[in-house]
Amino acid sequence: MTEIYANVTAWLSNLQPVFFVALPYVALFTFFLVTVLRYRTQTFTYSSLSSQLLENKNHFWTMVPFHYGILFVLLGHIVAFLIPRGILAWNAHPIRLYVLEITALAAGLLTIVGMIGIIVRRMSNSKVRLVTSRIDTLLYFLLLTQLVSGVAVAIFHPWGSSWFATSMTPYLWSLVKFQPDTSWIIGLPWLVKWHIINAFLLILIFPFTRLVHILVVPNPYLWRKTQVVRWYGRE
Amino acid sequence: MNVRSQVAMMFHLDKCIGCHTCSIACKNIWTDRKGTDYMWWNNVETKPGTGFPTKWEDQEKFKGGWEKPDGQLVQLKSTSKLKVIGNIFHHPHMPSMDDYYEPWTYDYQNLFNAPEGADQPTARPISMITGEHIAVEAGPNWDDDLGGSPVYAQNDPNLDGLTEEQKLQLFSVEQLVFFYFPRICNHCLNPSCVASCPSGALYKRGEDGIVLVDQKRCRAWRSCVAACPYKKVYFNWFTGKSEKCILCFPRLETGQAPACFHSCVGRIRYLGNMLYDADRIEEVANLPDEELIEGQRSLILDPNDPHVIDAAMKNGIPEAVIESAQESPVYKYVIDWKLALPPHIEYRTFPMLFYVPPMAPVIARRRESGALDAVNDELFHDIEDSRVPLQFLANLFGAGQQGHLVYALRKQKAVRWYRRALTVGDVSLEMAEQMLAEADCTPEEADAIYKLTSLCTFEERFVIPPMQREQALASLSDPHEAKASAGFGFLSGPKRGS
Repeated sequence: MTEIYANVTAWLSNLQPVFFVALPYVALFTFFLVTVLRYRTQTFTYSSLSSQLLENKNHFWTMVPFHYGILFVLLGHIVAFLIPRGILAWNAHPIRLYVLEITALAAGLLTIVGMIGIIVRRMSNSKVRLVTSRIDTLLYFLLLTQLVSGVAVAIFHPWGSSWFATSMTPYLWSLVKFQPDTSWIIGLPWLVKWHIINAFLLILIFPFTRLVHILVVPNPYLWRKTQVVRWYGRE
Repeated sequence: MNVRSQVAMMFHLDKCIGCHTCSIACKNIWTDRKGTDYMWWNNVETKPGTGFPTKWEDQEKFKGGWEKPDGQLVQLKSTSKLKVIGNIFHHPHMPSMDDYYEPWTYDYQNLFNAPEGADQPTARPISMITGEHIAVEAGPNWDDDLGGSPVYAQNDPNLDGLTEEQKLQLFSVEQLVFFYFPRICNHCLNPSCVASCPSGALYKRGEDGIVLVDQKRCRAWRSCVAACPYKKVYFNWFTGKSEKCILCFPRLETGQAPACFHSCVGRIRYLGNMLYDADRIEEVANLPDEELIEGQRSLILDPNDPHVIDAAMKNGIPEAVIESAQESPVYKYVIDWKLALPPHIEYRTFPMLFYVPPMAPVIARRRESGALDAVNDELFHDIEDSRVPLQFLANLFGAGQQGHLVYALRKQKAVRWYRRALTVGDVSLEMAEQMLAEADCTPEEADAIYKLTSLCTFEERFVIPPMQREQALASLSDPHEAKASAGFGFLSGPKRGS
């Protein structure tokens, strides 16, 4: 048994350049190319494809926890990516570290609860099931995998807010600078690596799914005029 | 003064026979696609009744339209821009399909393919969404002609403010009364659907005021569905886009009346453009409830006033459009004669579809002797004694105020009696003229009302302004070049995203 595990790990380790160098670039390239192409040629398909009209009873208890949870969690990842020193400074005080970790874990759990709710709602309501495509199913599988692995990382490999800033952030920046350096993450546990690989898979399928609605989030609404009038030939 | 032109509409409820031809004409042209199957851009409701979707007028439930809290400026009802964003994941006031109905068809094939058996085969209803057999629980016009009154008509939100006696009177079997209320999008001057759209997909066309949803910009945030107090924006569950009445603009642009207008059997529908002052909308939207009808009328400008014409020309409104406004039958009913009223002006969207309120049968009173008596010495008694309590109509057409409504009903009645004196002769002309005078009407005006109401031709009912889209295009680019480079338009049809 241990032999098999060792073999698999060795095999996976050999594939690490594929997972952590090739996959990220393929995913990001596809993401940028397809989102732009899809926006330019298939604008009509950019929609959140809401199913609230078809099922309005469980909609609240699934959509709201999922979205607010994932917004918080994603924001945490982005902050740690952009200002790692800030996170480390915050975490210098144990109390603040605990507060951050517990809040993040709670948000992660909230997101999982919402996601499971979303999947159950999709499967149990015949009308909503009908507007669920195959790519939706794949998306929900990957999302749930991502959330479960993420929460598992938070539980089994705690203080992620700190080690993310010292290992993940340099690795991600090395990708951004086109000087991929996997040495930052090569020593991380496989649970974490699974989370990273799955994240790149999500980025890869992003432009083919309903996730594109994130890109058209309506921020100009807050500062536009109340009424919209369009003239033929005037702007 | 910022003069704009608006294609306005008037429905003469006294002429509506409730045949639903308009609904079918619209359905066949625009909403027979998958995802739009439950939509009725045009529908005809029986009043009293709960309408479509059920209880759409209950703004405590749906929070549609605008409201003006004391001392504050007008705002979207129970929402703000920040709240619209906060509600983006789940809209708390969005109607669900249960508030409309689950569209269905029938399993007709079973009539042909059923195996031989002891019973006649039947065509069972099947859902047009899931394809499964369903038990039909509601449908469009489910309460047509007061069907199921205790469930539907008695829950009409307009019955609020009526006394128990009036409600009893409305629903007592021998006194039962109803009228029809055909509805399409009102193409409002201050549309709350447009104001609520986070994506800016909804817009009002500057040239003619038609309110449209940009299908390519709609992202299914659903705010418009909840924000429209008339529930005339529908959500296409298949494409994930909102859709609404487009006032048949492809027909209007080619000089044809919209399909529901064109097909109207009772000839109740009138269409013509009106000029209005866009700069004053915000000011008028902040007036107290009882001044809203006057306020909206004051927005509409006299197309024969030289100042207005000057300002309109300066604003780039073509002369032909101004001339068309001068002929508008809607202007006559709304401004000249003050017969037509906006529905639910208290929602503050300023609907540009106006209604001439219906005349209702009169209550027969039992005299002390026991004889039934429908005659009273007072000339206008039967308006107050109408079987539809005035307050009910006032809730619908006057923000609860009876003044403008009574004016419109009295004038209608006076015109009727005047024509009766002239043609039947069983009423003295003297009395009819006295009625006209009391109803603020002259014999000339009565003749004009009579002619446009009863003898109107197609061209008199529909004065369609020239849309001049070609000129607008020419001002932008060389038409020959545009023609050569435009190709076939969109190469990909609208299909659901993934």
